[in-house]
Amino acid sequence: MQALIRRLTESYGPSGSEDQIRDVVRGEIRGLADYVTIDPLGNLIAVVKKKAKSGKKIMLAAHLDEVGFVVSHIDAQGFARVQLFGGVNPLACVGSRVRFADGRLGVIGIEARRDDLTKVPAVNELYIDVGATNAADCPLRLGDAAGFWRPMELAGRRLIAKSLDDRIGVAILIETLRSLKQTPHEVAFVFSVQEEVGTRGAGAAAFGLEADVGLAVDVTRAGDTPNGPRMEVRLGGGPAIKVRDARMIADPRVRELLEQRAREAGLATQREVLEGGSTDAAAMQIARGGMPAGAIAVPTRYIHTPSEMVELGDVQACVALLTRFLQRPIEL
Amino acid sequence: MPPRKASNTRLPARRTAARAAKSGPALAPLDLDLVRELSNAAGVSGDEGAVRRLILEAIRPYAAEARVDALGNVLAVKPAARGRQAPRVLVAAHMDEVGLMIVDHDSDGALRFELVGGVNERMLLGKPVWVGPRRLPGVIGAAPVHLVSAERRRAVTRLGQMRIDIGAGSQEAARRQVALGERATFATEFDLLDGVFRGKALDDRLGCAALVALLRGGPYPVTLHAAFTVQEEVGLRGARVAGYALAPDAALALDCTPAQDLPDSRGRENTQYNARLGHGPVVYRADRRAIADHRLVEHLAATAEANGLPYQYRQPGGGGTDAGALQQARAGVPVASVSVPARYLHGPAALARAADAEQTLRLLQLALAGWTASVLKRP
Repeated sequence: MQALIRRLTESYGPSGSEDQIRDVVRGEIRGLADYVTIDPLGNLIAVVKKKAKSGKKIMLAAHLDEVGFVVSHIDAQGFARVQLFGGVNPLACVGSRVRFADGRLGVIGIEARRDDLTKVPAVNELYIDVGATNAADCPLRLGDAAGFWRPMELAGRRLIAKSLDDRIGVAILIETLRSLKQTPHEVAFVFSVQEEVGTRGAGAAAFGLEADVGLAVDVTRAGDTPNGPRMEVRLGGGPAIKVRDARMIADPRVRELLEQRAREAGLATQREVLEGGSTDAAAMQIARGGMPAGAIAVPTRYIHTPSEMVELGDVQACVALLTRFLQRPIEL
Repeated sequence: MPPRKASNTRLPARRTAARAAKSGPALAPLDLDLVRELSNAAGVSGDEGAVRRLILEAIRPYAAEARVDALGNVLAVKPAARGRQAPRVLVAAHMDEVGLMIVDHDSDGALRFELVGGVNERMLLGKPVWVGPRRLPGVIGAAPVHLVSAERRRAVTRLGQMRIDIGAGSQEAARRQVALGERATFATEFDLLDGVFRGKALDDRLGCAALVALLRGGPYPVTLHAAFTVQEEVGLRGARVAGYALAPDAALALDCTPAQDLPDSRGRENTQYNARLGHGPVVYRADRRAIADHRLVEHLAATAEANGLPYQYRQPGGGGTDAGALQQARAGVPVASVSVPARYLHGPAALARAADAEQTLRLLQLALAGWTASVLKRP
């Protein structure tokens, strides 16, 4: 699974520019589903058809896109000014490397003479340097998007990579699709677009699919760092089952069923109560006439930085839990 | 709610398909008289009736079908030159403009007001306005300078300190003239001089006039659904239901965007100009509400380049157009936006160049005329 996670996290795909990562995923799932489609907004949808009359229609979502930068101005010296795609903290940017769709690398710099050096920099004080010497030889155009660039690294039982949010969810969906030998349900594996700018892909996909139950697989914060966020979730504690976040309350029946399936399999889980941020499940829950929805989250440190960190054991437990969930009856 | 009756009028189609099939679609010009009428009409969000009437009149002979939906959007159809399989492309321009709403009558007959949409309150003081459906002349006033302390004279006058004065001598007199909830707009008569438009509400009456011209021309290789939308300035509300009702294969918002391209006051390079006057149609790649579909952006850019039309990319950043709502309709719609650049939007008088507006219309016409199945094909 590490090799898969490396291929996914080292791919390019800021919000709205998911073509490359979608092609990578399409290659990984070739032959595994009954059919695969790409919907009008670019969501990749792999469907395993229903095998039993009692089966339900389940929508799973993990988002393809990563946070990033979009070029808003090329100045006279050839530096690119930027706006953000998604919630990137400018503190995580300075000195970071970014990559554009054509593979071109850049480094993020910051204006040295700012009004107050003790303050968190504003986005308009950042710039991307791609080695251009003036505006004319800068190869970038307004609207070109970049993501962070870092290769994946292993640190003991933990992985460090860019865009684990949410390529780790994508990896879990792919591994679940591979390990799902039999299921009574119709399962739509949705690899969604534009989550980081407002869960735009998953809402549209949910309208199109009209599923009975929805689950997002995404990352969540971990509270186990020095003076970290006030949160019970920790790395190594197992899949975090969503209770609520800033935009949704998970359906308690979905949460309980996930916890029950984990207990049956002897898998440890944690409960996720997230104060800021949300997932595709928030948009899925209110599509059309509504659907019961929940989320499985991978505890993750340093989210939306070039160096996000997860524990492999948590990731494998998510695959085991999701597989078991899909193999058993889903009665709410 | 404005006094309005929903209607569903079917209008006779124009039989120009045979001719167009040979020579390409007719490219109707921007109707400058219509631009003038639209700019002068009052249509603050939620009260678009006057604009709607002008548009229904203007498109009557040219659309196969024109109806007014439940929220007040005008939805018109131009059938494709041939084939029922033609892609269905929605082009949206919003009828509403930002403005003011009367919320109270003071004891002295002055009118308290609130803002509708994003109006910069610093632009209000001393401006003449038209109030209500009878377009009563009014002035936005505040305490005269000799009654204001030295300290307050230097401060920005806030909304709560301003009133609209229609010359009523008492609360009762004011009540007889103006009802609560009536709108006021800037009393700016449209002017055209040497290729420059000056007027109120160019955002988005320029888009409306261009969309009328799209309907007057054609037919195109696509079925053109024209949506003249309501309540864009207060949250893309009309486009949301139009997108749901029409569920097109692709959608383009035709709007107006600020050109903040004047020099930086500190003498530094202006890095936040949004768009530039005189540089042609403004193609969006990302704003706060939508990331434009790459395939549509490519089609627009390729169309401009192949036809020697200038175009510019808008600076990604804040703001939004009807495309933001249209993208989220039903199972999702690929969207893009094209705007006319104009200075001083959302104020008493905006300034735009006729050439930018005409080139924006031309880009849309040629993009529709050159539409093939490969536009939405994924690589």
